Amino acid sequence: MPEAVLLGDEALAMGAIDSGISAAYAYPGTPSSEIMEYLQAVAPKYGDFVAEWCSNEKTAYEAAVGVSLVGRRALVSMKHVGLNVAADPFINSALLAIHGGLVLAVADDPGMHSSQNEQDSRFYADFARIICLEPRTQGEVYEMTREAFDLSERFHIPVMVRLTTRIAHSRAVVQTGERRPQNPLNKSTEKAGWLLLPSTARKLWAELLENQGQFLAYAENSPYNTLELNEEFFEFGVITAGLGWNYYMENRDEMAVKPSHLHISVYPIPGEKVRRLAERVKRIVVIEEGFSFIERALLGILVPAVKISGKEDGTLPSTGELTPDNVREAMGLKPKQGIEATGLEIPGRPPQLCAGCPHRDSYDALNQAVAGFDQKVVTADIGCYTLGYLPPYQAIETCLCMGASVGMAKGASQAGFHPVVATIGDGTFLHSGITPLVDAVASGSNMTLLILDNSITAMTGGQQTILTSSRLEKLVHGIGVDPDHIKLIIPLKKHTAENAEIIRREMEYEGVSVIIALRDCIQTPKEKKKKEAGE
Amino acid sequence: MKYDVILAGVGGQGVLSLAAIITLGAMKDGLTVRQSEVHGMAQRGGAVQAHLRLSDQTIVSDLIGKASADMILSMEPIESLRYLAYLKADGVLVTSTDPVKNIPTYPEVEGIYATIRGLPSAQLIEAAALAQQAGSARSTNMVMVGAASAHLPVQEKSLLAAIDELFSRKGEKVVEINRKAFQIGWETAALAV
Ligand code: SF4
Repeated sequence: MPEAVLLGDEALAMGAIDSGISAAYAYPGTPSSEIMEYLQAVAPKYGDFVAEWCSNEKTAYEAAVGVSLVGRRALVSMKHVGLNVAADPFINSALLAIHGGLVLAVADDPGMHSSQNEQDSRFYADFARIICLEPRTQGEVYEMTREAFDLSERFHIPVMVRLTTRIAHSRAVVQTGERRPQNPLNKSTEKAGWLLLPSTARKLWAELLENQGQFLAYAENSPYNTLELNEEFFEFGVITAGLGWNYYMENRDEMAVKPSHLHISVYPIPGEKVRRLAERVKRIVVIEEGFSFIERALLGILVPAVKISGKEDGTLPSTGELTPDNVREAMGLKPKQGIEATGLEIPGRPPQLCAGCPHRDSYDALNQAVAGFDQKVVTADIGCYTLGYLPPYQAIETCLCMGASVGMAKGASQAGFHPVVATIGDGTFLHSGITPLVDAVASGSNMTLLILDNSITAMTGGQQTILTSSRLEKLVHGIGVDPDHIKLIIPLKKHTAENAEIIRREMEYEGVSVIIALRDCIQTPKEKKKKEAGE
Repeated sequence: MKYDVILAGVGGQGVLSLAAIITLGAMKDGLTVRQSEVHGMAQRGGAVQAHLRLSDQTIVSDLIGKASADMILSMEPIESLRYLAYLKADGVLVTSTDPVKNIPTYPEVEGIYATIRGLPSAQLIEAAALAQQAGSARSTNMVMVGAASAHLPVQEKSLLAAIDELFSRKGEKVVEINRKAFQIGWETAALAV
């Protein structure tokens, strides 16, 4: 079998290619972006499939469902919070008569390395009542992605592959298998399987619930869900899931006994295996990356017969990532302590905008403009420019979710506040900022929108935005913003005073005004070069 | 055999390409490798770290535990100290002396050097100056790979082969400069050991 050193994200992409996908869709987001990056990089080598960034996760998901409808296989990938955006088509698609394999790869970010929260996508899989696979090595990422496509076609459901940061962004040798051909074009013949009217949806929902038994049987029998019993030790047993296994195994050699151990990689939770473990032990320690998904299922509301430990009772920290160290302590091993440098305070080094970044000059101008008012609200959004919250700029006050800057500004202005400025990047505006701007225009809100247009999705590594900058102005115009109050500025140091004056005037204008600050991200040429060199 | 390295630096310093060379070199020696990296927000001028694990057996954890690293390899002096808790009592710290002062509260460099020199096993490498000697400031991270190689359980020729492979696309001149940077780094570290 051929071998390659791959990131977890890349192993997932490779698994999808070898499963015979016809299309892959995604929206960039750490830690999932490298799935699509890799697909695009290797597409010329491996053949004839679509690999595209989309406007947002919802449009990406819907395109993938369309591929399935005509019988072909599709991968859709996103970060955990992206699934909130795609939740509508995702949850509903569980009811459809999925035809060509449909796999959702979602990468969670416990510890919030580059995210607004650390939500756990396993809850979404459970919510949609579908199967979820959670690999613990890069090799398993590849294998399970292939398995997910098979399951999707066998059970006619979308199947989720859940990654977390450390598996997505860690490299190891991966053995790849044979590539199978794509499905032929073969439209689904399930007439009532693709249309969710109440009458059809009720039937499809009942069918999905009926199939739960099969999903559970699959999970119970999956060789990925392994149960090892220790017939002589009853004090406690261990359940691991995902990377919990890795950190547990890293420490197990030092433990005096090997307790009974259930590893769960395939959901729904294999209840029978859990019960067999519980029969043997007085206490179960659950080690899972993310929320306490398995642990809470075991705890329930009534007092369980076996004591359940994990994140809920403080055996493991309830926020952040698992580490070899916190798992070590949960196993009762002595913590290890390294060397300490005495007498030197090590200062934090938070991320910051690149020297020469266009956002720096935009924020300088914005800060000068708002200085003339005795109060202000400046909402913002998600991207490099969110770093404008930190010194030295401290220019922005909010960051909620993709596109929220616009809607929040509208609300604040309608509540009677003035002046209100929303700042948003071009990528984020195209993702989720257009519809709230339509709302703002429709309601004649008194707000100013500053679009920080750097012509790229910079934070996640420089993906091309879906619409070129030259078309942004026309788009804003088309929404109905008064052309006299659509301004273009070039955020350069030498223009700061002049730009501040333009922003100030538009803040004074009563109605919706839009200022587009246009200058390329300075990393763009570097990223382009890297991509051309195939790095 | 098992050898764990914490790589440290500031976003944009080429910590990942440094990791890539060692990983590739180790694989050429037939070792098993795990390399955990950072992407996303931290790369924008913030503190970055990567975990690199080499072994002749299976590696289960992607992350290195406290007091377990055999080496801290850093592109920046203050960053080398940030992860000290991960260094074994007999582990070695190898760092570049070149500070990246993109924060307002950057401590006195002499104090940092003194702290580093006070550790049981540490090497300060004037990487930027040595890279100039090799022919380009851009080869600073290869100087550090060279310096690390004086300690790593990876053959020098495998690391050089990795350099050839990863830089070949950029032309012979770039390969030459990086090989030279590696040699200079190795000599500097090996002589001091
Ligand atoms: S990557 Fe681009 S947009 Fe982001 S901080 Fe750097 S220059 Fe600015």
